Amino acid sequence: MSDTAAASVPALFTVGTPIADTKTPSGPIEERWDARRFDARLVNPANRRALSVIVVGTGLAGGSAAATLGEAGYRVEVFCFQDSPRRAHSIAAQGGINAAKNYRNDGDSAMRLFYDTVKGGDFRARESNVYRLAQVSVDIIDQCVAQGVPFAREYGGLLDNRSFGGVQVSRTFYARGQTGQQLLLGAYQALERQVGAGTVSVHARHEMLDVIIADGRARGVVVRNLVTGEVSAHFADAVVLATGGYSNAFYLSTNAVGCNATAIWRAHRRGALFANPCFTQIHPTCIPVSGEHQSKLTLMSESLRNDGRIWVPARAGDSRLPSEIPKTERDYFLERRYPAFGNLVPRDVASRAAKNVCDRGFGVGPGGLGVYLDFADAIARLGRSVIEERYGNLFDMYQQITAEDPYRAPMRIYPAVHYTMGGLWVDYDLQSTIPGLFVIGEANFSDHGANRLGASALMQGLADGYFVLPTTLAHYLSVGPFEKLDERHPAAREALAAVQDRISRLLGIKGRRSPVFFHKQLGALLWDHCGMERTREGLLTALGAIRTLRDEFWSDVKVAGGTQELNQALERAGRVADFLELGELMCIDALHRDESCGCHFRAEHQTQDGEALRDDKDFAYVAAWERSGEAGPPILHKEKLTFKYVELKARSYT
Amino acid sequence: MNVTLRIWRQESPVQPGRMIPYQVEDISPDMSFLEVLDVLNERLTVAGEDPVAFDSDCREGICGMCGLVIDGVAHGPQALVTTCQLHMRSFADGAVIDVEPWRAGPFPIVKDLVVDRGSLDRIIEAGGYISIPTGSAPEAHSILVPKDDADAAFDAATCIGCGACVAACPNGSAALFLGAKITHLGLLPQGQPERRSRVLGMVTRHDEEGFGGCTQIGECTAVCPKGIQLDVISRYHRDMLSALLHSG
Repeated sequence: MSDTAAASVPALFTVGTPIADTKTPSGPIEERWDARRFDARLVNPANRRALSVIVVGTGLAGGSAAATLGEAGYRVEVFCFQDSPRRAHSIAAQGGINAAKNYRNDGDSAMRLFYDTVKGGDFRARESNVYRLAQVSVDIIDQCVAQGVPFAREYGGLLDNRSFGGVQVSRTFYARGQTGQQLLLGAYQALERQVGAGTVSVHARHEMLDVIIADGRARGVVVRNLVTGEVSAHFADAVVLATGGYSNAFYLSTNAVGCNATAIWRAHRRGALFANPCFTQIHPTCIPVSGEHQSKLTLMSESLRNDGRIWVPARAGDSRLPSEIPKTERDYFLERRYPAFGNLVPRDVASRAAKNVCDRGFGVGPGGLGVYLDFADAIARLGRSVIEERYGNLFDMYQQITAEDPYRAPMRIYPAVHYTMGGLWVDYDLQSTIPGLFVIGEANFSDHGANRLGASALMQGLADGYFVLPTTLAHYLSVGPFEKLDERHPAAREALAAVQDRISRLLGIKGRRSPVFFHKQLGALLWDHCGMERTREGLLTALGAIRTLRDEFWSDVKVAGGTQELNQALERAGRVADFLELGELMCIDALHRDESCGCHFRAEHQTQDGEALRDDKDFAYVAAWERSGEAGPPILHKEKLTFKYVELKARSYT
Repeated sequence: MNVTLRIWRQESPVQPGRMIPYQVEDISPDMSFLEVLDVLNERLTVAGEDPVAFDSDCREGICGMCGLVIDGVAHGPQALVTTCQLHMRSFADGAVIDVEPWRAGPFPIVKDLVVDRGSLDRIIEAGGYISIPTGSAPEAHSILVPKDDADAAFDAATCIGCGACVAACPNGSAALFLGAKITHLGLLPQGQPERRSRVLGMVTRHDEEGFGGCTQIGECTAVCPKGIQLDVISRYHRDMLSALLHSG
């Protein structure tokens, strides 16, 4: 780092005391989850009716957790902003879910899934958590099959598997290209069963706007009824956030348009540490942007990379149709650069490679922002019907959006923001730094390090919700129930007033520009400077611009309509206001992490071949950020990562 | 291209609604229908008018949140797509397009184009599941499912719960939605123990919610964005008959 850098960067943040996970048992890694389950206190079934839990979010993590806690006999209140819990964005996950079943007898095991995940995450995840994830992966498949999830099967009636990016075994279970939908419907049906049984109540079209912390414990939430506009407080003995990731900070992402960071950001403002906010995954196989009014990007499962070959013309600016370019004049750049893994390299590697060839002028399609994903060889080898069976719905979707037929001409793809590995910091029990506030699924930072492998998000969401949280939450609740609270408690009064005040402020500005205008500006800044490739200079530019944009937002935003009604502009404004704060922290985190690792590619730190250059001596830690008031710089707490079971070495896919 | 949208505006469930025309100019045929509504809403917001309320989330045809009746057809003129997947290339330049919410008794209007479909959740709550508490599942390969059955179950399970079938049905029946879930679970070995109680519970709730009966008209399958076929309704009727015979 240069002298000027050293002089200016510390002003952006301060370094606080280290943080450590105190819940992981010692001992061999294979025995830790068993040890934790044995040490965890239990709650007598008869006492569970007296204990209440709030779950915010109904995706794979929240839905599975709420259903399981309801089955156990706790009183569960669930909130989601959609009109039904079945619509959470997990539903859009396509490719599959990993599990170390080793049904293919290809050398898979919990240890190998653990190894692949730690390595794929570029050594920025906690070993104990990842091993547990690999261990419980097998139980998830059993559970989902028993629920009636219609996984793909072979003619003998057994479950089918396929391989996915970043690994050399076939461990991915799938339901055509709609695995997320089918898994979520399984969890949703289990949840509705508990609604029928009276253990769970669901509040759809409610958005969480604050968390209530009383006597040092998370004891409730403030929500806005999105239909009536009513703001109310709800109380419980513990609060679980399962509200997903923050990809929509980039405006254009593959996330649903409603996905937002408000719940986790509000919890962060109340004291929960936010870990690794700059770890945002860019997915390589998305449909390229077509115009300025685009509201979202569409992902196509990376399972397509199993049979599709990625290439660009070998000559920059070659404008011939793909069918007119002979094989000898094509550059299959992933197969060339990474012969061992070919088109199946991890997402960050594939995305960056695509960006590089496009930046050098080899890209195809409008603006040169695309590469070909070609199925001609696979169709010739396997026949069209096999390809249709495997990817039919994805091909249909591509044709629907682009009006091009991928059976005849190669698809054009380009990377897009897809998933956020960062999130609220949690310990081995999935508890945040606020006692009683648990965070599960994509909303936490836990298992994927600096890059998530394909088919691992569904695995983590369901592992957290079905198997991990119900054990660790019981341990926490065993000392409850806590003192009963209501709206008169000072903490509740303060939170309710803060939410009302913020809504009034947003409606009172009456400026000239819509919330979407600011969202698009923020998205462009983050994509340009905190996206696939980051530089110190670019991040400093973005930081200044984001602060200016935030000031403009709070003086010039226009929110039409009133408070006591369905007001989608108001919903959007609140979410954008939070993204404007989170975006700044993302840039500070990216700036402070003066190394390249996984998705976080700092142009200053690369090998001669353009591969990420990690700095394990200085950066083998989780960066957990504490907020220090409205104006003060955030405080960095480091959780040191140690690697005992996976050798810390440069990631190589050649 | 330019279009005129005649949109149903209704401030609240208790106030009367009406169709209001809006011109939207200079749009691209590659834009989705909902992106055109986005453009209109940006314009209305900046002008200080109340934007048009409509539901959408994933915008890739899988969450089931969006749903508009466009020129009298649920999800619009193109088969096998949701409203969010409909692109302006499906319309002529200068077209006048009517945009309305789902209209059915069990889907009360919330505002403008937004309706309440909670009745569909309550049908699932009444039996649309397999009772298998977390942790009690047997090893996955102990349950063999013939591929044909698994594929047919999957086809039925692709229902996204959007409610287009109800909006299109002259009787306001949710038979296709009901049949899809009954078929999905009824085709699998795991779903057998509760097969009769499931159909009885779900159909009873369906009727209580005010959905109409099925008279096999087929409007539902014609608008279903996932192409769910009428045979799921036959299967539900067969299961219903069997359940009634056994319940004496």
